[in-house]
Amino acid sequence: MNNVVVENISKSYQKVKALEHISFSIDGGELFGFIGPDGAGKTSLFRILVSLLVPDEGTATVCGFDVVKDYKNIRKIAGYMPGKFSLYQDLTVEENLSFFATIFGTTIQENYHLIKDIYSQIEPFKDRRAGALSGGMKQKLALSCAMIHKPEILFLDEPTTGVDAVSRKEFWEMLHKLKEAGITIIVSTPYMDEASLCDRVALIQAGSILKIGTPSEIIAGFEKPVFAIRSENTHKLINDLEKSPYCERVYPFGQYLHFIPNNNNLGQAELSASIHESHPEAEVFEVKPDIEDCFINLMKEKS
Amino acid sequence: MNGSELIIKVRNLVKKFGDFTANDHLNFDVYKGEIFGFLGANGAGKTTAMKILCGLSKPTSGEASVAGYDVYHEPNKIKNCIGYMSQKFSLYEDLTVKENIRFFAGIYGMERKEIRIKSQQLIDKLGLTEAADKLIADLPLGWRQKLAFSVAIIHSPKIVFLDEPTSGVDPITRRQFWKQIYEAANEGVTIFLTTHYMDEAEYCDRVSIMVDGRIAALDSPKKLKEQFDAETMNDVFIKLARGGKDN
Repeated sequence: MNNVVVENISKSYQKVKALEHISFSIDGGELFGFIGPDGAGKTSLFRILVSLLVPDEGTATVCGFDVVKDYKNIRKIAGYMPGKFSLYQDLTVEENLSFFATIFGTTIQENYHLIKDIYSQIEPFKDRRAGALSGGMKQKLALSCAMIHKPEILFLDEPTTGVDAVSRKEFWEMLHKLKEAGITIIVSTPYMDEASLCDRVALIQAGSILKIGTPSEIIAGFEKPVFAIRSENTHKLINDLEKSPYCERVYPFGQYLHFIPNNNNLGQAELSASIHESHPEAEVFEVKPDIEDCFINLMKEKS
Repeated sequence: MNGSELIIKVRNLVKKFGDFTANDHLNFDVYKGEIFGFLGANGAGKTTAMKILCGLSKPTSGEASVAGYDVYHEPNKIKNCIGYMSQKFSLYEDLTVKENIRFFAGIYGMERKEIRIKSQQLIDKLGLTEAADKLIADLPLGWRQKLAFSVAIIHSPKIVFLDEPTSGVDPITRRQFWKQIYEAANEGVTIFLTTHYMDEAEYCDRVSIMVDGRIAALDSPKKLKEQFDAETMNDVFIKLARGGKDN
């Protein structure tokens, strides 16, 4: 069953086109990720879907409710965690949670079971003001507040931005537990490596969707070979590879450089031989592309 | 790394806020032309240490010097020979490209004539001739990012501090930015940076990882991965930092 259906949504702010003719649908129970950098349009899209912003054109429904006409129903069934920490800094942890429960006509006790796993981790600090929490704890409180009214669908806008690798990992573990409980989760992130943790993703850039699919479908759609290359002097290696007659693109990728040849039939032996002329110790081998390779490629194709 | 000239020297550095020890006996050296990654979980004490090294805050005890200047007694000399850039604040959006260059060069104490020459060189080098009189707000992100870094090193500092410079930036712009970093390091500028992108940790010559106010590990990415029997720097980070988390 489709939980979110978006058809041809556009939104502009004066000169800036934040979203241009976006269409997609998301099934019930999916963990769906919007992957893209700042300014891609992720926040505008989320704000439209939770009825806080009206699109210039197009239609969207969430659990069958129209985001413009049925906005009151949407607010009952959707949980929203904005990108910017938006809880009351001068209320305590417990006061914040109780505030959100009251607004939605429920109590912490009534829905405690839903947030127990997450909230119990910050409960020892329930009398601390929200403003005095660490980044990881704020995130857990914000998620608890977004969940306390038992939403059918969760919208999490960049929950892991600026958060360290350990807290990010823990956060994704929490999301997978929520998914198992049957909640539809729509999450956005600028971290490409988080794509692999979603059921399906949309790669989004400059207001348009570059591609939608499961992470493995998107990777399978990358039809060029990718070579990983490493040598002692990275700076010189990049410069030399950029001048190589085989080079379509070369860029740093973790501990290696990724080299995309301009000829799909280029063999590893041939490439290695040409690199070893100036970098005799270089390591060269073919690798499977990553979501980030796909993103870079799609961005280049578009521009 | 270019050589063995010491740019940052830190010995037994301690910084306390009341009962809380934000930096607990830090010891490390950074060399000329090195790309040094300063990693750690949120709240591990990175910002506190960076502020001390930029001459903005004084340690509780211990020694630290930057470019040969002491952080206790010569913070203003330190400020003259460093550059700084963060993703949150780098350029004024309502000033033009030229105005931003002139403003920062002026702040860094450059002479008028030198500013005029350097501005022109920079605009030519970055291919911004047509955009020179445009507001920063109207520039694409990639150009802004390039300009922000160039401005941070316009006064030829010995060292540049980059505080999460690529947070939220698209993958192509992030790569272009790293090419600029390699270039600057190759010319002898020392790069001291924080990041939450673990692939960027792999690009550094050496990396330190802070856990609960202490430096829990410091070495080249390659050696750290061997030491912690890990495939990637992400795994190293998680092994180290997960042990130390108190929330």
